[in-house]
Amino acid sequence: MYRSQRLALRYFAAAITLFGVMTAAGLLSALYYVDSSLLYNVFDFQMAKILHINTLVIWLLMGFIGAVYWFLPRELGREVVGIWLAEVLFWIFCAAVAVVAVVFIFVQYGSSDQFSMWFINQGRKYVEAPRWAAVGIVAVVLTFVYNVTATAWRARRMTGILWVLILDLVPLSVLYLDAFPQITNMSHDLYWWWWLVHMWVEGTWEVLIGCLMAWSLMELMGTSRRIVEAWLYIEVMMVLGTGILGLGHHYFWIGTPQYWLGIGGFFSALEPLPLLGMVVHAVYDAGTHHMKTTNRPAFYWVLAEAFGNFIGAGVWGFMMTLPQINLYSHGTQWTVSHGHFAFWGAYGCGVIAIIYLVLQQTRKAQNFDSRAWKWSFALLNLGLVGMVGGLLVAGITQAIYERAQGGSTLQAFVVASENQWFQSGMYARVIFGLLFAIGYLVLVYDLLVIGKRAAVAQRTQEASA
Amino acid sequence: MLVVLTFLTVDSLNVTRAGGIQVPNYDVINQEIGYANDWSRGFEVPVIGASEPLFGRTYSLPEATELMKLGKAVIQSRACMDCHTFFGNGAYYGPDLTKSWLDPAWSQIWMPMTGAATRGDAMVEFLMHPEQYPTWTRQMPNLHLTRAEAQAVVAYLKWMSAVDTNGFPAHFGRIQTQN
Repeated sequence: MYRSQRLALRYFAAAITLFGVMTAAGLLSALYYVDSSLLYNVFDFQMAKILHINTLVIWLLMGFIGAVYWFLPRELGREVVGIWLAEVLFWIFCAAVAVVAVVFIFVQYGSSDQFSMWFINQGRKYVEAPRWAAVGIVAVVLTFVYNVTATAWRARRMTGILWVLILDLVPLSVLYLDAFPQITNMSHDLYWWWWLVHMWVEGTWEVLIGCLMAWSLMELMGTSRRIVEAWLYIEVMMVLGTGILGLGHHYFWIGTPQYWLGIGGFFSALEPLPLLGMVVHAVYDAGTHHMKTTNRPAFYWVLAEAFGNFIGAGVWGFMMTLPQINLYSHGTQWTVSHGHFAFWGAYGCGVIAIIYLVLQQTRKAQNFDSRAWKWSFALLNLGLVGMVGGLLVAGITQAIYERAQGGSTLQAFVVASENQWFQSGMYARVIFGLLFAIGYLVLVYDLLVIGKRAAVAQRTQEASA
Repeated sequence: MLVVLTFLTVDSLNVTRAGGIQVPNYDVINQEIGYANDWSRGFEVPVIGASEPLFGRTYSLPEATELMKLGKAVIQSRACMDCHTFFGNGAYYGPDLTKSWLDPAWSQIWMPMTGAATRGDAMVEFLMHPEQYPTWTRQMPNLHLTRAEAQAVVAYLKWMSAVDTNGFPAHFGRIQTQN
């Protein structure tokens, strides 16, 4: 095993740990909606929310980085260049995440000076991490980019997937620089903030997961490179064609010109198309292999990724993206419903699929199956879909009573939030969130044990034969 | 697509600069602000009215700009966006603050509750001691704002309410909701 692959395993362990923190913080965030006196003035909603969404970003990022460190040496047949630097930065990355989490939990916020921005909390959703930690993330990502490009350079070999990956890492790194500025004008601030949030999540991350899924399908089902690369090129073209100006659906109401209503509405309505391409691709591959695979957990998580991405990001996003609807759905729990479904479908399922794929190879188990993975698969997906459903009901209630009928005042906000449909949705979110959390625990158990017994039995059988 | 986006970005940043077509300059806090239907555009837009000093004084443009810088710094340092939404962006636990300055609740609920003479003073009093003025089960935590910080946030919210947001939120404050 290459050192790069051992580093990948460490990244996966850290990612799954942070997935747990994200789940716990998410459950806590959900509980505030059903008991608003919870931890009042001790640990308020915003801190639980910050922990929830920041660990979401970091666990997925760690999963992606780990996946590339796993596949890269296999793709190029050599150790990753500068791997020692990546190993050192991994530990610095973990330490930085821990320090930021401790500061968020115990210090929470500071006063309105530059010290707060540098060392406590920047207070911009998704990029609350203080600037020193953001500098650390930039260092990790730049090292990652160096590792990938230098390795390809030394190997004197480039593949289509690698070209796409390297070209994707450039905007991925550059856009994160948007995590630093403090802009007084809220319209300008949000304009650039969406470049980071949208272009990362609906642009560079989509391309990155496309590359990772391409490698996964080649290993999982032996799909030919020619086919996965052709699909990857189609998806990338469609993501770039629709996603760049699809950015416009975030520019309807922030003070930007009215032409964004038409541009954003049109291009974001097309955004589901590349995701539909992924579904067609997955069904095609699954069909040609008659649903047969030696790694059922990874295979089913790949399918969940394709369908979850299309439905969660594509269909749920389309549902609220036209300005005529968005005027009422914007800023409600409807958005939260879409956000949960999209992140899970597009990225969460993909990272879990890759981890199962890798574990089969590290444990050298041909019969890679268990009962636990089925339980975790069912509980996590049922929990997620239940949460999404509850949030959708709550969000539609807000769109009707708070936005359309109430005129969005404080009174309208309270009336919608007290509505029985809203409250039922919030209770449903807690219940299904608990199912999701149980699913997470089963997943951790399964990842620790799956394939181990089968591998031992396999080796014993081979020895006796 | 990137070329198109570049052109649109240049134009959008110009339109949304303080003093641009859709975003007023910061000294708009010295004037009355309303929200009324513009029949030519088919939705509500901010209406800038007569002089209305804030906290009993008129701010020059440099003073108003400094006040806004402080207001935005408070909003970021206290992570307001992780409970509330600004122009509908943020978390969704607290109410949207896009047109918060115009909310009738300040004069109907908080001015009598705090004994403040103006909407601005009632907002400052509430922001400094939110636990003393509960109006609903979900309460704002005490984020230990100084008076200067609270005044800066109120000024910031007043400026934000004057931003032309293409009609979002629709019908703000014009419909009396029945509970």
